[in-house]
Amino acid sequence: MKFLAEYRDPKVAHRLLDEIRSAVTRPWVIMEICGGQTHAIVRNGIDELLPTEIELVHGPGCPVCVTSLELIEKAQAIASIPDLIFVSFGDMLRVPGGRKDLLTVRSEGADIRAVYSPLEALKIAKEHPDRQVVFFAVGFETTAPNTAMLVAQAAREGVGNLSLLVSHVLVPPAMTALLDSPRNRVQAYLAAGHVCTVMGWQQYEPIARKYSVPIIVTGFEPLDLLSGILSAVRQLEAGDANVENRYARMVSREGNRTAQQQVGEVFEICDRAWRGIGVIPRSGLRLREKYQAFDAERRFAAIDLQVAESPDCISGVILQGLKKPAECPHFGKRCTPSIPLGATMVSSEGACAAYYLYHRSQPRVKD
Amino acid sequence: MSDSPPEPIDLADCPLPIAPHDTIQMGHGAGGRMTQSLISRLFRWAFDNEALNKLDDMAVVPLDGSKLSVSTDSFVVDPIFFPGGDIGELAVYGTVNDVAMAGARPVYLTAAFIIEEGLPLTDLTRVVISMRDAARRCDVTIITGDTKVVPKGKGDKLFITTTGIGVVTHPHTISGSNLQPGDKIILSGSIAEHGMAVLSKREGMRFEIPVESDAANLHPLVCPLVRTFGAGIHAMRDATRGGVAAVLNEFAAGSKVGIRIQEQAIPILPAVASACGMLGLDPLYVANEGKMLLSVAADRADQILTMMRAHPLGKNAAIIGDVVAGSAGLVSMQTLLGSWRIVDVPLSEQLPRIC
Amino acid sequence: MCLAIPGKVTSLYRENGLCMGKVEFDGTIVDICLAYVPDVSIGQYVIVHAGFALNIVDEAEAARTFDLLNQINPTGERP
Repeated sequence: MKFLAEYRDPKVAHRLLDEIRSAVTRPWVIMEICGGQTHAIVRNGIDELLPTEIELVHGPGCPVCVTSLELIEKAQAIASIPDLIFVSFGDMLRVPGGRKDLLTVRSEGADIRAVYSPLEALKIAKEHPDRQVVFFAVGFETTAPNTAMLVAQAAREGVGNLSLLVSHVLVPPAMTALLDSPRNRVQAYLAAGHVCTVMGWQQYEPIARKYSVPIIVTGFEPLDLLSGILSAVRQLEAGDANVENRYARMVSREGNRTAQQQVGEVFEICDRAWRGIGVIPRSGLRLREKYQAFDAERRFAAIDLQVAESPDCISGVILQGLKKPAECPHFGKRCTPSIPLGATMVSSEGACAAYYLYHRSQPRVKD
Repeated sequence: MSDSPPEPIDLADCPLPIAPHDTIQMGHGAGGRMTQSLISRLFRWAFDNEALNKLDDMAVVPLDGSKLSVSTDSFVVDPIFFPGGDIGELAVYGTVNDVAMAGARPVYLTAAFIIEEGLPLTDLTRVVISMRDAARRCDVTIITGDTKVVPKGKGDKLFITTTGIGVVTHPHTISGSNLQPGDKIILSGSIAEHGMAVLSKREGMRFEIPVESDAANLHPLVCPLVRTFGAGIHAMRDATRGGVAAVLNEFAAGSKVGIRIQEQAIPILPAVASACGMLGLDPLYVANEGKMLLSVAADRADQILTMMRAHPLGKNAAIIGDVVAGSAGLVSMQTLLGSWRIVDVPLSEQLPRIC
Repeated sequence: MCLAIPGKVTSLYRENGLCMGKVEFDGTIVDICLAYVPDVSIGQYVIVHAGFALNIVDEAEAARTFDLLNQINPTGERP
């Protein structure tokens, strides 16, 4: 496919690898924020091709992984309400709550539907005016414009039986939270290309300055990833800490203003609990007062929840890049994609699941 | 770049998990790990016998001096009409193909219908005519059947179960438990077309894809191969639900060998690849209904490939990998970049994803 | 975190006041919301995520990146 296939050329990939090898002189820790990039890196075996000096650690950029247990439980409780239609991206259906996942809730009789576009939820609501329809709005800045449009359009069309369970999260606050941690090991970031498609990269400039970390806006194909890594290594070796855009065909400095405005019209910034990490201030989006009528948490407020995470799951430290999946004693044993202990083993872009699917080899553990 | 695929971790010490579900989930019928677990823990345990334990899609059994290939399959596809076919045609081809994968000549079919109250008679007629025509094309006779109707809401329009019987006239063992180290793995054509054609018509997913279901009778492709190369063909299986990845894993586990494939050798149409890319699906796990995998002796592989490519159903056939001793049960794939990764058993149904 | 792929806009239409279009991905055609790329014209490529076009692909930048990548270490052919 145009703008895709040409970024997979193995010959150019190996030239980039040679460049990376000749640029690197000592160990560096680079974090790719985005779970989609984790998936692409592991699926293409890029981590195994890199010189041993470079350690890639995998970031928290996986909405499936970081949606709080409380919201997962709430989703299951709402989905179980008789006659209600619960609409979600397919990603969320297999995420374990304390006891079960949404697929199990579906097998118990709930009407749960997987869609590709949030606008499908509006269509479903219009087709079933006598039933409540709830959309599970997860995702980062990339997905928030889509659900913002769903809300705005539902308001314009006066569709009253639709509401949203909102769990949107924002990337920059998570990046700074990781850098603020005393245990931080990250020396450079590969910033999530598709988040930047919407948001641009201006907001990373103060982060790069304050923390002296190179931040490279990076795409998802092998050549995109390798050229992002090469830029990070070059900056690290030179002692630079700039924001660099290696995904210029999709990302501009200011991003998509129209989309940003729509998000700002519907949502406002709030504190948000990240599964495995904890509450990160000003790291989430919630519906503005004007759109409260669409808030499923208000509409179905009388739901009693008891939540408890598996005490054996270390997804928190994995999401912070402090440990690799294979360093968990339960990885591939008690915890597999069929019986996940925690969310990072569920989503195919969760680091644990990506390792399990593609890499069950001896892990390349470094100290 | 490493030359050999990764070693598997030792799963022997994996404490057999307590079944994570106490009710049946959709995934138990998706042809992946959950299906395998249900089969091995319940059906094999209860019905335990030599023919069943081979876990082929068909059983080859002796009867009064002749050898029969017997297979049964249920069809629950939604929607029942899709681009390139319908549930009736599928119910004939699917079972005929399973029978044929033993190198048998399919002869008879039975058909059982479970019909939801309210199904338009015109729809049923359309399906039955399509079954009749498909059976004629396969040269099989539908000799007996059954009809049940369930109340509205207790079924989804129409379910069909067919059982096929064929005769085996060759002396060779063709089975998923018969792969030999050194074998070449052949795939008969481009993958994931049935699954994506059906998905494109499903509620909530609609897209237009210039690809129809590949549902086809594979016997005409298989028959001359077995006649000409009999002993050189060690295993054949049609790659239906669970896709190519499921069959490769069944082969590797059934024969206690490793399988190594090359990503760049796998045929796939661009429109199918991009539809998979858009929905986040791995085409190796998407269903086919007219594609098969073979494990063949290395010294016959080129001749077998040439013969397959001469047939319309095999014109895009390709050698996609080989069989190795050791790494028992492990399927690995060399990526375009030259690194290796595992191709695992699909877990359950693949869900379209946004991330 | 976010699966997005480039596709070519082949037609434009409005649905319930929303700007929509057909976007083609190597032959597969999907109805996509184009409200966030109001200036898009037929024939341009957009990057699509979960049913929405998030940006117009910058073809000049794409060509530039491609050239840069191909100039990297051109003599470093692997054996």
